[in-house]
Parts: sequence; structure tokens; C-alpha cells
Amino acid sequence: MHSILKTSLAALVAAGVTASPAAADGHALSGELNIISDMSNPAPRAVMEGMVEDFDALHPELEVNLTIVDREAWKTQIRNALGANPPDVVNWYAANRMRPYVDAGLFADISDLWAEPEFEALSSTKGAMTLDGAQWGVPYTYYQWGVYYRKDIFEEYGLNEPSNWDEEKANCQTLLDNGVKCYTIGTKFLWTAGGWFDYINSRTNGYDFHVALARGEIEWTDDRVRQTFANWRELIDMGAFIDDHQTYSWQEALPFMVNGEAASYLMGNFSVAAFRDGGLTDDQLDFYQFPVINPDVDYAEDAPTDTFHIASGAQNMDAAKEFLRFVTSADVQTEINSGSGLGQLPVNANASIDDDKFLKEGFDMLSGNAGGGIMQFFDRDFDAEMASVGMEGLQEFMVFPDNLDDILGRLEETRQRIYN
Amino acid sequence: MATAAPTRSWYKRNEIAITPWLFLLPAMIFFAVYVIIPIGQSFWISLHDWDGLGEKTWVGTANYERLLGIGDQNMDRKFTVSFWNNLKWLILYLLAIPAGLFIALFLNQTVTGIRFYKSMFFFPFVISQVVVGLVFSWFYLPREGLLNAVLAVFGAGPVNILGDPTLATYGIIAAGLWPQTAYCMILYLTGLNAVDPEQVEAARLDGAKGHKMLWYVILPQLKPATFIAFVVTIIGALRSFDLISVMTNGGPFGSTRVLSFYMFEESLSEFGFRMGYGAAIAVVLFFLMLGFITYFLYSMYRDEKGAH
Repeated sequence: MHSILKTSLAALVAAGVTASPAAADGHALSGELNIISDMSNPAPRAVMEGMVEDFDALHPELEVNLTIVDREAWKTQIRNALGANPPDVVNWYAANRMRPYVDAGLFADISDLWAEPEFEALSSTKGAMTLDGAQWGVPYTYYQWGVYYRKDIFEEYGLNEPSNWDEEKANCQTLLDNGVKCYTIGTKFLWTAGGWFDYINSRTNGYDFHVALARGEIEWTDDRVRQTFANWRELIDMGAFIDDHQTYSWQEALPFMVNGEAASYLMGNFSVAAFRDGGLTDDQLDFYQFPVINPDVDYAEDAPTDTFHIASGAQNMDAAKEFLRFVTSADVQTEINSGSGLGQLPVNANASIDDDKFLKEGFDMLSGNAGGGIMQFFDRDFDAEMASVGMEGLQEFMVFPDNLDDILGRLEETRQRIYN
Repeated sequence: MATAAPTRSWYKRNEIAITPWLFLLPAMIFFAVYVIIPIGQSFWISLHDWDGLGEKTWVGTANYERLLGIGDQNMDRKFTVSFWNNLKWLILYLLAIPAGLFIALFLNQTVTGIRFYKSMFFFPFVISQVVVGLVFSWFYLPREGLLNAVLAVFGAGPVNILGDPTLATYGIIAAGLWPQTAYCMILYLTGLNAVDPEQVEAARLDGAKGHKMLWYVILPQLKPATFIAFVVTIIGALRSFDLISVMTNGGPFGSTRVLSFYMFEESLSEFGFRMGYGAAIAVVLFFLMLGFITYFLYSMYRDEKGAH
């Protein structure tokens, strides 16, 4: 009798909470909520600060403290931050990049949060947040990758967006004949080459093969991997990429495209802001999905997801979870990913996408034309050590394609050591 | 002391024996905490597999076996590249000593504004290594760089020094030589002040001049300066980290790594956190440095004994 009463009372309270979550939690949440964010670039920083301010206003008795750390520095500082006296909420990345912190028990398991009905709207990203059958964080933004190109140059030489590999190469040959490089790229910091590998490999061998390779289940010396490199080499031998790309960062490679010395750039959508800053208008700049290489495999796309996590040593777990609910809610998602905010794609299916041609095209591509699957990116899908050795090999391949056997042998040696 | 009255305190009785140790104590504690104990810890970590977060796993000498290629595995190629690059640094960096001496001799004269010229030559040592690296990487830029503009005047083709795996290390060493030469120059300038004019006078009366004067009269008197220049240059070469990090980040494809950079990459960089392996590299680097340091300490000891 007593327990029945208790249960129904709990149910009643729960119902009340669902009916007016903000009001109910507003009274419940108190104390401090400590957040460390890596959104240090000007636009993301403003978004983060605005978001914290709004959350603070919703919960008058809660004191929200925000610390913003330089994005690059955070990649190494997170370890110390999570170790002693951890904050409640931190920024990080999805997929395999979570692995060390999950294994060390530093990220809190928030599968209960994902079991809530509101999280249905995030289901497309659930896989990227899952390790060992549990969820360890929530996404707040993601962006598509693809080929950004100079529409005016394409028009000048009568070129159309290519849909398959032969057209891609034919376009490239026309550009080269006219003294324009097909692709700009800066591989000094290696990861840009990872994007090319992701695309050529998944277009050649399919998403499942790519993921199996990332998990270390396939030898690097496999003939199918060699086929990927053979396809890539066709472009390298044509001289499709700008010279001396190993000396440039991705930003330093931008002027080649802005000046019209190169016609396109395989990049993430964050580059659009840089192109616009460089003086390209939306009439000059356009986007196409990386073309089909092997018609038997479905499109797979790189769409890296940035995330929030709760530290397992969080002092204020309730407030931290409420903050994650807040960040992923449809309204907040619409607002922070708008063109005046991050200018990226919202993770909540009920959020609306800003009226920007690149965002719209990207969203349509990812939701309608990425049947193969969504990749996080080379350095997030592969094991960290494999990724660093791998990207170095990819850079070497782009400069000295003849060294391929040596490079693949080295990668295979690394794979065997790491995964066995 | 032995005849001291029994009423004196224990400290008073042992004052002479204890006081030096009391003065030494702070330095000894700090030296132990910041130098000796960490060395021991590095040894200890190098025998483990550890990601810096979870539990350490004992692996014995496996890290060293992988590093040096003992057993059925190949020697770690990154280690080999780093080791040879370290050697290149050690040898070529020593060019800073004769270059510094030459500039010091050249500037050791009294003309109007010599202080200004001296400070201009010393300037590169004052600015941060990071700035030096940045300036030189612009200088080397394949298209816009000043170097290629100069080469073009002489009709030489463009070179991408930092993008060429065979040239990149030399390019960085050249950048490092700029401030290091300035450092050696200042050491020699102070040394030249201490050269005994009477000996120079006497040598001149005996008919010595030119390079004979330099070799037999001036240089022996500059020996202390040469010794210090040698020490700081060797240590500087082994510590070469910041220039590499700024100019090439170890690339292209790892061809400019040195041991200290490789150690950092394995243990502390974005894709690193293999603390055990990083510590094993640190231990190898430690023994290399220990060889040099022992030599310096020994020759210092010998000189001091000779002086007494």
C-alpha cells in the first residue's frame, strides 16, 4: 500500500516535470555548474557565451561558470582538466576520439539521457556517440565535407559539376590545360590529406570497408586499399594538386583558390566563412558532392560532429544533464547553428536550418544522399596512433607516390602492433 | 670546537660542520624534486605501457626493444631519422662558434657607433626562437619567400627548402645558427676584452701577425670563452625543439624530427599519450646528453685542478 502510494506520487511528479520542464527544474537546480569549452574562435565563442547566459537566466538559483580554452590547446589539456577536480561539462569530439576518456572512466555514461523521448530527434548521431553499447555525450553541431569550387572558373571553361570519376578527371584535365590547378590543399598539418583518403577509399570500396579498415580489421597492403591509392594517384600524376602543398596549412592554401590559381578545394563547411572573408561571393563559390568512383557502392560522407560530455567526477550531475538537454533542444539548435552563429548543421531533426545555400545543400546531401553512412573523419575514426602514422604516410604519398609500397608496409606494421 | 663548554647548544657545537649543509639544503631539495626524482620516474615509466590516464601496465624492456629493433622487429624508423637529425644538428650547430668568433674579431674595434653595430649583431639572440622560426619559414616560402626571389635574380630555380625532406633539416639548422652565432659572438667579445695587451705587444715585437697571431696568441687566451661557447652550443643543439615545432612541425612526413621532438610527439601531442614509449625516448636522449655533460664536467674539473 505504502509503496504503491510512493510510486504513484513519483509518477505524478515525473508527469509534472515533463509538463513544464524548465519551471520544475528551475527550482530544483542550484549550486554551481562548471563548463570548460574549446569554442575559442570568435564566432563560436560568442555562441557559447550566449548559450550559457540563456541557460543561466533559465535557472536563477544556479551559478554557471564558463571557462573557454584555446581549441588546439584543449586537445592536450583535456586530460589534466578531467583528472583532478574536474568540471561538470566539457567539449570534445565524437567517435573514436572519445575512446581514451571512456576507457579511463573520465566521461560519464549518459545512456539514461539518450533513453528520454526528446532524444529521438538526435537519433542520426547516436551511433557516433556510442562506444561499448553506451552513450557518452551529446552532439551540438556538425558540418558536411565536399568539394567547394569556383563556379565562375568552371563556367569560363564550360565545365559542369562532375557526378563520376571520369567526369572529375576530364574537368581536371581541361583546367590543367588552361593553367589552372584542379585542387588546392595544404598538408603541413596532415589532416587535410585524411579527407582525400576518406573520400577516395569510401567511394572505391564502400563505407563498410572503410570502417573495417579504421577498426584495424583489414590489412593496409590489401589490394582493395591499393586500388584506392591507384585512383588517388591518377589525380596526382595529372598534377591536379597545387605544388608544395606540404608547406602550407589549410588556411595558407586558401589564396590559391581565391586568386583563381586552383579551382576547387575538398574541405569542411567551415571553409565557407574563410572563402567569403577572402572576397569570394556566393556567385563565384559553389559546392558539389564528391563524385562516384565505383558505381556499386553508396555515397558515404564525412560529417564530423562536435560534442558536449559530462565528466564522471562532475559535482552537479543534474545541472550538467539539464544543460545537455538544453543544448540539444530544437530551439537552441536552430539558434546556435544559424548563419549568425556557428553557420553549421543542427543535430536535432526538429530544428530548422538557416537559409544558406551551402547549409541547405549540405543538409540535403547528408539526409538524402549519404546512404552508405556518415564518417567522422580520418583522425576521429582511426585509432590515434594509427591516424598520426597514417596521415604522415598519406602526405608522403601525395608528394612521392612512388614510395607507396614502403608507406603501406609501414602502416601495416603499425596496424599489427596497435590492433593485435 | 672540541674544547667548547658543555653548556653550549648542540647546534653551536656543530655549527661549522652543519652550516654549509643548511645552505645547500634548499638547492638540494629543489634539484632532487625537479631533476633527480623525475629522471628516476622517467626510467620507471619507460618500462610500462601507459596512456597517462589509466593504469600502467608493466611491459619490461618492450619499449626499448621496439625503439632499437631488438628481436624480430625492425628498428623504429622514426627513431632512426630523429637520431641522425640530432647528429646533423650537433655537428652543424658548432659552426656557430667560428662564425661568432669571426664576427667578434670584426666588431672588436673602436669606430663611431660600434655599440650600435654590436647590439644589431646581438639582436637575433634577444628575440624568441619562435619568432626566428616564423621569420625563417617566411623567408623560405616556396613562392613568396625572399630566398627564392634572391635565387631568381641569379637564375636559379625555386626551391622549397622546408618542403623537401632532404633539405628541411638543414634549413632549420640554418635558422638556428642565426641566434646561436650571436650568442657565441657576445661570449667572444667579452673574452676579447680580457686579452692581455702586453702579450699582444710582445708577440708583435717578435714578428707575429695575421693568422699566426690569432692562432698562437689570441685563441689560447680565449679558451674559457671557447669552452662556454662549446657547451651552450652542444646543449642548444640537443634541445632544438621550438624551431622544428614552429617551422615544419616535424614534417614533411617526419623528416625533420629530432629525439626531443619525437619524445614530445609520442607522449604529449594531439595523437600521442604513449607515455611509456615517450619516456623510453627520453631515457635514450638522457644518456646521449649524459655523455656530453660528463665530458664537460670532467674537463672543467681537470682545468680547475690545473689552475691550483
